[in-house]
Amino acid sequence: MSEVVKKATRESYGEALAELADKYENLYVFDADLAAATKTGIFKKKYPERFFDCGIAEANMMGVAAGMAATGKIPFASTFAMFAAGRAYEIVRNTIGYPHLNVKIGATHAGISVGEDGATHQCNEDIALMRTIPGMTIINPADDVEAKAAVEAAILHEGPVYMRFGRLAAPVFNNKETYKFELGKGIKLTDGDDIAIIATGLMVSEALTAAEELKKDGINARVINIHTIKPIDKEIILKAAEDTGLLLTVEEHSVIGGLGSAVCDVVSESLPTRVIKIGVNDEFGHSGPAVDLLKEFGLSSENIVKTAKEALGK
Amino acid sequence: MDATIKKQLEIQACKIRMGIIEGVYNAKSGHPGGSLSIADTLTYLYFAKMNVDPKNPDMEDRDRLVLSKGHTAPALYSTLANKGFFALDELKSLRHIGALLQGHPCIHIPGVDMSSGSLGQGISAACGMALSGKISNAPYKVYAILGDGEIEEGQVWEAAMFAAHKELDNLVAIVDNNGLQIDGAIEDVCSPYPIKEKFEAFGWHVIETDAHDFDKLEAAFDEAEKIAKQPVVIIQKSVKGKGVSFMENQVSWHGSAPNTEQYNQAMEELNNTLKALEG
Repeated sequence: MSEVVKKATRESYGEALAELADKYENLYVFDADLAAATKTGIFKKKYPERFFDCGIAEANMMGVAAGMAATGKIPFASTFAMFAAGRAYEIVRNTIGYPHLNVKIGATHAGISVGEDGATHQCNEDIALMRTIPGMTIINPADDVEAKAAVEAAILHEGPVYMRFGRLAAPVFNNKETYKFELGKGIKLTDGDDIAIIATGLMVSEALTAAEELKKDGINARVINIHTIKPIDKEIILKAAEDTGLLLTVEEHSVIGGLGSAVCDVVSESLPTRVIKIGVNDEFGHSGPAVDLLKEFGLSSENIVKTAKEALGK
Repeated sequence: MDATIKKQLEIQACKIRMGIIEGVYNAKSGHPGGSLSIADTLTYLYFAKMNVDPKNPDMEDRDRLVLSKGHTAPALYSTLANKGFFALDELKSLRHIGALLQGHPCIHIPGVDMSSGSLGQGISAACGMALSGKISNAPYKVYAILGDGEIEEGQVWEAAMFAAHKELDNLVAIVDNNGLQIDGAIEDVCSPYPIKEKFEAFGWHVIETDAHDFDKLEAAFDEAEKIAKQPVVIIQKSVKGKGVSFMENQVSWHGSAPNTEQYNQAMEELNNTLKALEG
């Protein structure tokens, strides 16, 4: 993969909002003093009258978005994942989730790849938190193409959606011309029956690189991209479990409550299968360059290859 | 206020109080004290002020009300039932399994504009509705009723800052100042006083009134309508448990239901009040 274009999905988020604003006149954007970082500033510049800064008050922002949604508009509420899913959790549960309001939460700076800011801002538990809210849809796009498509899919979906975007520039591997986003449907990226690598978000491109490496050693890995973590695509997971008998989940999130747990929920009920989880173990992150942190925490193609080989006894 | 209208409102408020007691008694749980303290305000709003249509509860330009102090749902439900949003009989199955009326307000109940109950959140939702109205140039008003204990929640002040900054003059918050919260008198628990000065400092227009006098309620809400470029808060001095002698000003009636004897006594008192008003 030479000359790979890289782009942070937060950038895609901000651009998508601005690009879709004319098509969806009911779309409004809120931020909590982070427009420059969440990239909603791109929207703000183009549509200042449809952008509202709530200041450093995420709890109120979620409630305001809920109230606006109750009047029929489509509000996007943006802040870092830590504050969207963490600080504002109970407002998201009670004032967005319980009334099932049409609020779209754009959570950026998710995961360990926040980097230098360190543990207080590295949210590795947002997927786990959001999964517990009945009726909440969770999307964790893997690259620019998918992120932009996800924003439009969120607009078209009636009900609350939590979207997870990253700070770090990620390889763009999907083809804009042919890519099709289907909410709740996983995407099989490579064929293979030796092992299934089920990845989400930033880890999907790592999984693809790992599959190429494994192939050199004669291991055929099926790579599945799960962009919608809830509702999860049971069919594609069960098929992978049936065909390979060995699942390896990879996510830039805690191994507690995220994609790996969701996959375990699916197979343990219908087709008990060994699942190995790569993610952030039960620990906090710390400061450092994002790329180094990802390697240190095992969120790399190298660790996927190593783990897959160990599991296969090769 | 016209004397006939005032008497009609007093009669209506008494019926709404009877519905509150009926609901909480049959539920064997709930919050009668703070429900009774806002009964007159809800009566005034739904029967003399707000543009709502029980036949069309989702009417686009209706006035909205968010009961931010959601635990006093029996008062809202009784008001909505008396207004005709649903049958009065529903009050008897409040909090029961399979019932329409949930323990705290739920948006799916006809006439309820927002789910609420986790304190401090309703006011933010009301701000969102008001902002939306401003954007669309809609004619509606948004009312949000908060408890005086509720304003100890930090989110209330995030919302207060927001509403003033966005000049939401289509938003009227009502702080029900009955002076009591679960653990005791509000000034003893963790005093939110001075309430007036706090809201003024946050950029709100403050009106103080008596929660149990329809002339004064009318004057307060009329004044609120004249204020431009600022949100308005009406701090209403109220009596927790108002209308039922043994519940008045008793913190123990914050969140407990009457037994049969107490229920009979409460209903007898309210019936007597009703007879006196109608006689």
